[in-house]
Amino acid sequence: MSLLSINALDIRHGLLQAVRGVSFHVDQGETVALIGANGAGKTTLLRAIAGAHRVSGGDIRFDGSDITATPAYQRVAMGLALVPEGRRLFAAMTVEENLQIARASGRKGEWTVDRVLETFPMLKARRKARCGTLSGGEQQATAIGRALMTNPRILLLDEVSLGLSPLAVDLVYKSVEYLISTGSTILFVEQDLNRALKFANRVMCMLEGHIVVQGNAKDLTREQITDAYFGHKRRTQSERAS
Amino acid sequence: MPLDSKITIQRWTGLSVGVAVAVAAVFVILVVGPSFLSGTALDRLTVLFIYVCLAAMWNALAGYGGMISAGQQAFFGLGGYLAIRLSEWGVEPYLALVAAALLAGLAALPISAIVLRLRAGEFAIGMWVVAEVVRLLVNLDPIIQGDTGRSLIALSAFDAAQRRDFTYWIALGSMSVMLAVIFFMLRSRLGSSIQAIRDNEEAAASVGVKVAATKRIIFMTAAVGCALAGGLWLATFTTFQPRSFFSIQWSAYMIFMVLVGGIGRFEGPILGAIIFFFIELWFGSAGVWYLIVLGLTALVFSLFLPKGIWGYVEDRFHVLLLPVGYRVRT
Amino acid sequence: MNFIGGIIDGVLLGGYYAMIACGLSFMFGVMRIINLAHGALAIVAAFGLWIIADRWEYDPFLALIIVLPVMGVIGWVLQRGVLERSARSGELIPILSTFGLAIVLENGLFEYFGADVRSLAPYVGSLSYDSFDIGGSYIGELAILTFVAAILLLGGLQLFLTYTPLGRQIRATAEDPDTVELVGVNSRFVNSVAAAIALVTVGLAGLFLGLRTNFDPYSGSLQLIFAFEAAVIGGTGSLWGTLRGGIVLGVAQTLGANIHPEGFLLAGHGVFLLILVGRLYISGPTLQTFLRSKIGGVFRAS
Repeated sequence: MSLLSINALDIRHGLLQAVRGVSFHVDQGETVALIGANGAGKTTLLRAIAGAHRVSGGDIRFDGSDITATPAYQRVAMGLALVPEGRRLFAAMTVEENLQIARASGRKGEWTVDRVLETFPMLKARRKARCGTLSGGEQQATAIGRALMTNPRILLLDEVSLGLSPLAVDLVYKSVEYLISTGSTILFVEQDLNRALKFANRVMCMLEGHIVVQGNAKDLTREQITDAYFGHKRRTQSERAS
Repeated sequence: MPLDSKITIQRWTGLSVGVAVAVAAVFVILVVGPSFLSGTALDRLTVLFIYVCLAAMWNALAGYGGMISAGQQAFFGLGGYLAIRLSEWGVEPYLALVAAALLAGLAALPISAIVLRLRAGEFAIGMWVVAEVVRLLVNLDPIIQGDTGRSLIALSAFDAAQRRDFTYWIALGSMSVMLAVIFFMLRSRLGSSIQAIRDNEEAAASVGVKVAATKRIIFMTAAVGCALAGGLWLATFTTFQPRSFFSIQWSAYMIFMVLVGGIGRFEGPILGAIIFFFIELWFGSAGVWYLIVLGLTALVFSLFLPKGIWGYVEDRFHVLLLPVGYRVRT
Repeated sequence: MNFIGGIIDGVLLGGYYAMIACGLSFMFGVMRIINLAHGALAIVAAFGLWIIADRWEYDPFLALIIVLPVMGVIGWVLQRGVLERSARSGELIPILSTFGLAIVLENGLFEYFGADVRSLAPYVGSLSYDSFDIGGSYIGELAILTFVAAILLLGGLQLFLTYTPLGRQIRATAEDPDTVELVGVNSRFVNSVAAAIALVTVGLAGLFLGLRTNFDPYSGSLQLIFAFEAAVIGGTGSLWGTLRGGIVLGVAQTLGANIHPEGFLLAGHGVFLLILVGRLYISGPTLQTFLRSKIGGVFRAS
């Protein structure tokens, strides 16, 4: 049985249909990449899975139970953690406080403030610093660390490379690599195709709210992915039709 | 949709033309009212006109400008006070009334410089503080004699029936003029600015809407309207007592009328004023319980029917009586 | 005119204002709601204490044991029943809801207690008029007690917010109520706790109000205005700011009272408006951009 299972999910963003009839699953220990152009619906999908966005149709199952109507904070207690797009740290609070606050979920596990600081050594010196004063890379590390403090069973990462320098992105992905190596289950959104293909077992590509291509990373060609990404396949089909 | 299909933008629908005719007819009947209505009826209608005026002004501020004021009594009282002040200096009482309202509108300009930068709840209480300050300053004028108050003595130059008729006509005129001002404001470019500000102030500013100037115009208009109402109240009840003219009660009435009638709609405050008028007529003598019911109703409406009765009706039945908006007709 | 005495009185009065203002500021800081029923609720607490003192002859300080928890429950219910719901319709509707509530409370109190003014002073022996003689000026014992209580209250709240897990959750919810849910915090619960805490402070303020002065069912309006002024002068959302603001307000008022009989209120409101104008225009965009264009690099962020 899959850890996370999404069935025929419909999500609206105001009057706009952001996600249409999306279905997929994530198994324990898998790393799945969700790619697609801006506006494809990736962030909305992730937020809905985390409970921050209302779902208008379909269902979400986590570890067998239907969590479609469960409030976000309860999903965290069940082991589902999201690192939101743009980090969304509590800027007026220190790194340590941001980590401490995630203990609210009450989940027991191996992640503690000290362990997080070991995993992201750059944060050790910034432990008592207010998050608003951190660099982009440090903020991202804190945000991931904060999610880890909830001892999640599945970790959702939304564009962790956004707005970071290439060096910072490297450092962040080093820690992602570490997490993968310890057997974590990860669903991540990434704009950079190289990284997506490098770290993921499976890749899903979204376009205008649909998943247009799904498959194992090693089975899909770059051409297939770029076609799906830009909707080339669709256009040639309709060109053929007219 | 094929490009050559007929799409027109219209302002007047069949229904709104009919309503406009009806409104004109009602106005004419009201104008000749003193010829066939009893004295009591005229007095009551005068009070109703004052209520409509107050409700329309508060709605202009809150519903169109997004400014919730707990201090419009500042201008209500100022209108009454200035009418007395001008009258003491020899101005004809009814002229003083109108002049007082215009002066109050002018006074609103420096006040707006202070309060318009405040957001939401801060603006509400800020206006309350302004009302208190105006009350205290008015109290300093020796002719007011503290809480005893002062009468608009010059009115005794007219006999009772004349006074009643004149007050009635000026009330009808004031209400009509203020409603017309709001109506045409909404239909003009200013109306689109207002709508934009109400929906999203920042976005409106980014497309060039002059947010501050628009709010200021609404604020000053509301000041004039409330001051007119205050002057008319003085003309009807002849005595000006600072504590009652500057009382927070007036804000409570305005909030009730607009919340129940329908905030942000043109017809809403009129409906709310009529409802309030009848409630006061039937239950006003119940003393404090009447106020408790008013407050409770405002509370319940704010929680469960925030758009008011008219808002609910308009949304549910897609009725647009008066042509203040645009309709797409295909 | 006893200038020094006036200033000391004003500063001590500031302690009371800090107490009544901190609940208003706290609620605004966490939930972005200005509770227009704030003053009326303080009067409710004062009447609650009065009933207990009058009917069962309890010392009002002891009566706090009953009244404070009740106020906490009222805060919880207020948040769940009124504030939460009205906040969903936008930031303007809660103003109307709390205003309606204030009207209901004030007139309800009038219906039950009548127009007579009450006071808690008769139930605390000579506390309300005992004073220390310090260098010629008489400083009220009650005033000093109020000031000390305010400091303890603000200090306690600050410690709670800084060092306890719940305090951290409250601060985080205040900053970002959406994201806080994503880290496992139940923001509904946190807001209810914050409302309860705010109303407990209101209850305490009600005690000191009733001891300092007479009150009647309609006294709430003025208390709301004072609380608001103190909070705004000190900087809305800041706890120690309410003490700063309260002191400025208190001193302005007592000095004003020495000048003119109406001076107490006028001076307070006047100083408030002056500071408001000053702050709005000094921090406003127009002055900033003007300065930046004239002095250029000096203001550029490093």
